[in-house]
Amino acid sequence: MPRWVQIVVFIAVIALIGFFAFGLRVRGAPALGSGPAPDFTLKSFDGQSLKLSDLRGKVVIINFWASWCGPCRDEAAFLEKTWRQYKDRGVVFLGIDYNDVEPNARAYLKEFDITYYNGPDLGGIISPLYRIKGVPETYFVGKDGNLYGNALGPITRDSGYMTEREFIRKIEEMLAQK
Amino acid sequence: MQSKISNRKHRPERGEGSKIIFAVATIFVIALAWFAASPVGAQTPSVDDEVNRIAKTLYCPVCPNTPLDVCNTQACADWRKQIKEMLIQGKSEQQIRDYFVQQFGERVLGAPPAEGFNWIAYILPALGIVLGAVVAWLTVRQWILRRADVTSAPEAPAIPKEYADRIEKELKEY
Repeated sequence: MPRWVQIVVFIAVIALIGFFAFGLRVRGAPALGSGPAPDFTLKSFDGQSLKLSDLRGKVVIINFWASWCGPCRDEAAFLEKTWRQYKDRGVVFLGIDYNDVEPNARAYLKEFDITYYNGPDLGGIISPLYRIKGVPETYFVGKDGNLYGNALGPITRDSGYMTEREFIRKIEEMLAQK
Repeated sequence: MQSKISNRKHRPERGEGSKIIFAVATIFVIALAWFAASPVGAQTPSVDDEVNRIAKTLYCPVCPNTPLDVCNTQACADWRKQIKEMLIQGKSEQQIRDYFVQQFGERVLGAPPAEGFNWIAYILPALGIVLGAVVAWLTVRQWILRRADVTSAPEAPAIPKEYADRIEKELKEY
């Protein structure tokens, strides 16, 4: 076999292995919990636009949810209640609707009387930035724009992911940061 | 007497009414069967069939590699319902597909659109096949050439006659 064919085959095999290895690595990567929070622009259901980096200096709670998600319902009322409690203290809640049908999403927001900023993840662009594996997932962004942990499941009174008490404590800790 | 007879003639005979009912029923059944079997009826797919046909070409964004028509999650049921509503609104298949791509990204498509970086997905398999064919052809050719070399290899040089005679003689003596 000519030498050049051997080289081409060798390079092709190595490239293929590298390609699959990269794919496995990206897919297997854990959800983000630290480092700079990936920036995004979220268009709300009302048509307004909001950029995460514009909220620098505030504590931002990013919650991924969907109307078809059962566990999301378990935390919805609590999140709204907490938002109302903290909205005047420099805390911003962002709800990102994940892979949902808009009429159902609007009905969900109405059902739980959710008033904090909410919008769909149009084109599925934001969720891969945070490498979310499902819903609900909540990410904590500090005043400096960095991530300070996450809750990869529902936040309820006795949740195994994050309890309501731990959630409140987390917000207080982040508010105390300079 | 005559009037009695004529009256009897004009009175419908017994069973005539049931014959009319039978005839009407027969016509109705034939008309129904004709309508059911008519090509127009057979060629008009129901909205549900259309939904399934479109759903088959779209993939669940939540549970990857599962076509929307066979996916059993609540999310997929919602999306199928949405497709149905859009069809009823008069949206075309392409408009529905575009809407889903805009909402959930290109991963909902069975195959990536042939543009930009996506071309790699279309070119690589063909390139792999061509490269594999070249390698296979070169390998087979090499085998054939090697085999031809072996079969056409020169015979062992003949032993000079004097040696042959001597060997023969010694063998006889032995």
